[in-house]
Amino acid sequence: MSDFHNKMAPASDRPAVEEDHSPDAPLSIHDLTVAYHRKPVLWDIDLDIPEGKLVGIVGPNGAGKSTLIKACLNLIPTASGKVQVYGKPYGKQRSLVGYVPQRESVDWDFPVSAVDVVAMGLYRKLGWFRPVRKKHKEVAREALERVGIGHLADRQISQLSGGQQQRVFLARALAQDATLYFMDEPFAAVDAATERAIVTLLQDLKGKGKTTLVVHHDLATVAQYFDWVILLNMRVVAAGPTEEVFTQENLRKAYGGKLSLLAEAGHALTQADRG
Amino acid sequence: MMKRNHFRGLNRAMLIGFVGLLQQQMAVAAPREFSSLQTRGVEWPTFEAIWEVITLQQYNTRLVVTSTLILGLASGLVGCFLLLRKRSLMGDALSHACLPGIGIAFILGVTLFGEGKSLAVLLIGATVSGLVGVGSVLLIRNTSRIKDDAAMGIVLSVFFGAGVAILGMVQSMPGASAAGLEYFIFGKTASMVFRDFLLLSGVAVVALICSILLMKELTILCFDEGFARSQGWPVSVLDILMLILVAAVTVVGLQAVGLILIIAFLITPAAAARFWTNDLRVMLLLSAVIGGVSGWLGAGISALLPRLPAGAVIVLMAALIFFVSMIFGSARGVLRRSLSMRRLRAKIGRQHLLRAVFEIQERTWRDESLRPINVPISYQELLHHRTWSARQVKRLVRRGVHEDHIEATDGQTLRLSESGFGEAYRITRNHRLWEIFLFTHADIAASHVDRDADSVEHILSAEMVRELESKLNMASMPESPHEIARLKKEMV
Repeated sequence: MSDFHNKMAPASDRPAVEEDHSPDAPLSIHDLTVAYHRKPVLWDIDLDIPEGKLVGIVGPNGAGKSTLIKACLNLIPTASGKVQVYGKPYGKQRSLVGYVPQRESVDWDFPVSAVDVVAMGLYRKLGWFRPVRKKHKEVAREALERVGIGHLADRQISQLSGGQQQRVFLARALAQDATLYFMDEPFAAVDAATERAIVTLLQDLKGKGKTTLVVHHDLATVAQYFDWVILLNMRVVAAGPTEEVFTQENLRKAYGGKLSLLAEAGHALTQADRG
Repeated sequence: MMKRNHFRGLNRAMLIGFVGLLQQQMAVAAPREFSSLQTRGVEWPTFEAIWEVITLQQYNTRLVVTSTLILGLASGLVGCFLLLRKRSLMGDALSHACLPGIGIAFILGVTLFGEGKSLAVLLIGATVSGLVGVGSVLLIRNTSRIKDDAAMGIVLSVFFGAGVAILGMVQSMPGASAAGLEYFIFGKTASMVFRDFLLLSGVAVVALICSILLMKELTILCFDEGFARSQGWPVSVLDILMLILVAAVTVVGLQAVGLILIIAFLITPAAAARFWTNDLRVMLLLSAVIGGVSGWLGAGISALLPRLPAGAVIVLMAALIFFVSMIFGSARGVLRRSLSMRRLRAKIGRQHLLRAVFEIQERTWRDESLRPINVPISYQELLHHRTWSARQVKRLVRRGVHEDHIEATDGQTLRLSESGFGEAYRITRNHRLWEIFLFTHADIAASHVDRDADSVEHILSAEMVRELESKLNMASMPESPHEIARLKKEMV
């Protein structure tokens, strides 16, 4: 229905709706609320991410940055709201989405090599029971080349440095060949060389018209790296182009006060639940 | 972790005691075979008997040993995934939860068919109650705030206790001989009819094939559950499939290994294989082979010495391979690790020595306003420079001479060789670069810097040194930051 409007009517003539959720946005989040053990960690998130942007998700510890990504990817249950990828539920658009989890989320002592991990990005395309073949490994090696560690392809993952491990995860997402990427703290605890490699890669993805959401913790580099910013602290404090949104005032709103009212309310709810 | 193990150990000891009582009761019913210690003792088999068993010449041994070997292959494979998923205790809960199912299946068999000892019926009962046990663990975990390990501990002991109670009741059932059911607890290489052999081997082969087919899926499940879920893999279905494979191996192993020890047969080969390789495919293959070999040897030995329960022997065989692997394993064995630790220690000792010599020489240049030349220094100076004992110094110097870094001019003095001087210059410089970096960039208290610098400087790569140089903007040899601080103090 709204698709019809978009195509047929000029933008200015579009009937005014309460929320302007354009159906073709790479990611549109509507009224999303997430709770852990009934304690809400994200309240009423409403977002439309425009195509081809490099988006930084910024906020203090415990603001729900990772939770937002995980909720978009259906990794955790949501209390209410919906998430759409290019106008359809995430479950139907998985092949368009790439994911870089936090590096600490896996056991790097696992007996696989870098190229094995990158090849996991192709598993879904392979489908059930089909084994990884030589041509898939070639794709994986190319992805490793793109992040600058092609020479480490056959090394066991525990023998890589933290930055190299991070790049393995990025290469795996590249192998997924997606148009919308979610990256959970890719810059956390990496060396300078890796940081540069990641920035180059992000610019490269942007140049190809892909949309990337990055959870980021270093305020000093936000303006430099991202052209769109979501300031998050359990709710969306502000979202939009970096130069408009990344202001002192908004930052104070997002970071000010150790325990925001929302956090206190959440705590009270949990207590009431227990008692 | 400690607490959990302690809890499990205690629990198990009690249960085993309980089973012992039960078996004594059963033994009263059975005719007493042994009267003296001598007949109870283990008789060593003749060479011919050993040869017959190893080469599987007897029909019955052939069936038993072959089925145990196939079981070993399957449990080695499935166990790898169980280990990598960090669900070992879940496998233990599952196997213990099988016991009530065996008893109930026997009762049902007797009442419905008049005969309770059909292996297929007993094993179906075991599978069902094993899976019910796992289901209860998940139920407890998901509906309460009780954590995984506690839930498994509860289910494990409650189900096992219920099983022991049911087996006790079965003994008093009229018209039914339940003797032999207790073998499911500790395992026994019983005689086997061909139909049972087909059943057991068939299930094991199916489990084997399934885990090979599901290799890719189980790998991503074990390595990165979140990523697997984001790709749309049904993680809970995969988890259930893995547990069904574990259940299949457990149930097949019930008769030969017994439900208490089956978990060792699942985990030990996988853990042993991990010491030899960093490649999952090799690990799977090796683990299957280790499982198969220990099954074959264990069942064979048990066939030779019937008083030794098969389960115990099989597990001991696997444990033997495990310990050998732990020590000699080529990828992460103890020996290899201690060798590389020794190599690192030797390297650190050498670097300390060279830096000490260099620093003493440096002091001489400063005090006597010489240009940097390789002046001889005395042992005494060296001994006072660091907290070294005379023996340590002697050993380090001997090694330095051997490596052509040090020239011992006479008994009292020594100096660096040409290659040693270059090495000493490089090492000292790296040390100072790192120290200065810690001072200026990492906010570490000055008194802590030397110690921290010591541990890292020895592993600085050329790339990291270049990074340090550009960060600190230093090309030549910097002054020691400690020296600078001392001089400053003196000036004030």
